[in-house]
Amino acid sequence: MNLSESLYTALDSILANKMRSVLTMLGVIIGVASVIALMAIGNGFSEDITGQISSIGSNLLTISTDMEASGGYPALSMADVAALSDPLNAPDITEVSATVQSNQTVVFGGEEKNTAVAGITENTLSMSSLDEFQLGDGLTQNDIDLQSRVAVLGAGIASDLYGSEYPIGTQIKINGVSYEVVGVLEESGGGLAGDTDDTVYIPITTAQSRLSTSRTRDGQKAVTFITAQAAGAEQVEAAIEQVTETLREQHNIAYGEDDDFGIFDQSSLLDTINTVTASLTAFLGAIAAIALVVGGIGIMNIMLVSVTERTREIGIRKAIGALRRDILLQFLLESMMLSLLGGFLGIILGWAISMAAGAAFDLTMVIAPETVLLSVSFAAGVGLIFGIYPAWRASNLRPIEALRYE
Amino acid sequence: MIDVTEQTTEMMGANGRNATDTAVIQMRNITKSYEMGTQVVHALRGIDLDIEEGEYVAIMGPSGSGKSTLMNMIGCLDVPNSGAYRLGGDDVSALTSDDRARIRNRHIGFVFQQFNLLPRTSALKQVMLPLMYAGVSRGERARRAKEALELVGLGDRLDHRPDELSGGQQQRVAIARALVTQPSIILADEPTGALDTHTGDELMNLFDNLNQKGMTIIMVTHEPMVAERAHRTIWLRDGLIQN
Ligand SMILES: Nc1ncnc2c1ncn2[C@@H]1O[C@H](COP(=O)(O)OP(=O)(O)OP(=O)(O)O)[C@@H](O)[C@H]1O
Ligand SMILES: [Mg+2]
Repeated sequence: MNLSESLYTALDSILANKMRSVLTMLGVIIGVASVIALMAIGNGFSEDITGQISSIGSNLLTISTDMEASGGYPALSMADVAALSDPLNAPDITEVSATVQSNQTVVFGGEEKNTAVAGITENTLSMSSLDEFQLGDGLTQNDIDLQSRVAVLGAGIASDLYGSEYPIGTQIKINGVSYEVVGVLEESGGGLAGDTDDTVYIPITTAQSRLSTSRTRDGQKAVTFITAQAAGAEQVEAAIEQVTETLREQHNIAYGEDDDFGIFDQSSLLDTINTVTASLTAFLGAIAAIALVVGGIGIMNIMLVSVTERTREIGIRKAIGALRRDILLQFLLESMMLSLLGGFLGIILGWAISMAAGAAFDLTMVIAPETVLLSVSFAAGVGLIFGIYPAWRASNLRPIEALRYE
Repeated sequence: MIDVTEQTTEMMGANGRNATDTAVIQMRNITKSYEMGTQVVHALRGIDLDIEEGEYVAIMGPSGSGKSTLMNMIGCLDVPNSGAYRLGGDDVSALTSDDRARIRNRHIGFVFQQFNLLPRTSALKQVMLPLMYAGVSRGERARRAKEALELVGLGDRLDHRPDELSGGQQQRVAIARALVTQPSIILADEPTGALDTHTGDELMNLFDNLNQKGMTIIMVTHEPMVAERAHRTIWLRDGLIQN
């Protein structure tokens, strides 16, 4: 008997026992569906996070004071910004901005909020990809030069303070002093240094003279952090080196002494987050794989039961001339076809679940082709592995005993 | 192993042209016993039996005398505990289980006492099955199966499954399945048991017919009228042949 006859016989038997076939497939259907759905969640999650981080702006270096090494003094000043902006010092850095950050009480009308207030240079917002405005405009170089009392609001703090009122042109009080609101940012949904949506932005010069008046060890007006843009992903390491050398020289740090600042780059953050999301996906995958194995054991159980239940049938087939190979192939093909069919139904179910869950919980669902391929081959493997033993048992039945089986 | 089987084919050709003087079935001192816990049941206690090619033999004997056990031995479904069995010149105990399966498929048509039809399978498919294991093409299978079913008067029941057929009809499906491969030996264990006199007579006529064409027929029966049709009758009692 050739392979196509065996296939035909297996298919015949699957169709002749629809209920048993569906029950056998159920484990694999559930297993594959959960693999597809869980992996879709995992992949979607990591894609979301990576997307958010790179939207903040890639290749950014954030430099802040290392309080322990600096002896309690802030270490950074506008002089450092100027030094880093000089291509002779840092050829791989294209842009530098500074921020003076503090928490302040912000008041408008009857509303009062304690929130972050960032004194910024003209390019701080655009470097952090915060350059979309709902209303009004950003801060100009003129505002910074003149220490103007003007403010740009994050979307969150704007709606907290104003509700449906129109903010542009109104006055808010920060630390008791009035500022004119000139712009409101679009919602950005996050940020690395605090929540950008809940931050109030004012000129850095104004912040330095009115809000955080701290000085560096040699008496310069301090800045909280400096942001430097590397020319490209490949230049990030060179840029970090150039920043370190320039600032050590600026701060007169002797050879062998520790830096009084720290450099934080996003690529390392991205790496960390990728590791985390990868292990999350692997974890979800492992759970799903267990579901598949359980499904496979289910197939083996039902196939074993089916071998017992069909002992007479096997006896009859052998009595009229079926070889061991014919019986082995029939049962093996039956279990493989069941698990493959279960695999395909599982993919459809998993896809449907992913789509429904994605729509219901507003999650991004990413069904990777590798996941589909993996679960189908897993399903086929499950059918093969867990089908072998029952098929082997069936093929080894002695015809006369099988015929007498009740 | 294939060689062995091919050789068998020649020796057992239905038209008997290659037949030798020696009997196609030769049994010497065949025994078979079953262990039931501590008790041992001796179903066959030393059978000596020769059946020539083209013979028509009836086996009779009381219930439990070992008739079905003997038929299973002849049909290569079971192997004896001791003794020698040569079928068409081949020592059956030296064959593998797959070799015996090929012999059952190509040379023997077995009509079981309990029919042994596949559940949930149409009459046509039942009868096609031995041909599938013989490697006959699908179209040819259907044609020959239909013919065999028509021969036993079931040409209008092709699509009926066993649970949709009467006992006598089921028995006739089993007979069609045994005949469809055109075996050289027919082994029928009480083939008329479930049939009325008329249908039973028709079946006996069919067997006469097949025997005249050269088929060896061995039949177990309880009815002396049926046994009369055979060339000779073998009497079995307590696992031994009586003379
Ligand atoms: N598988 C078995 N296990 C144990 N004992 C068995 C088995 N098969 C047959 N026997 C015993 O062997 C003896 C012969 O049985 P067998 O079926 O050959 O009888 P039979 O002549 O065909 O009877 P009947 O006319 O009722 O069909 C009986 O005593 C029976 O109990
Ligand atoms: Mg019997």
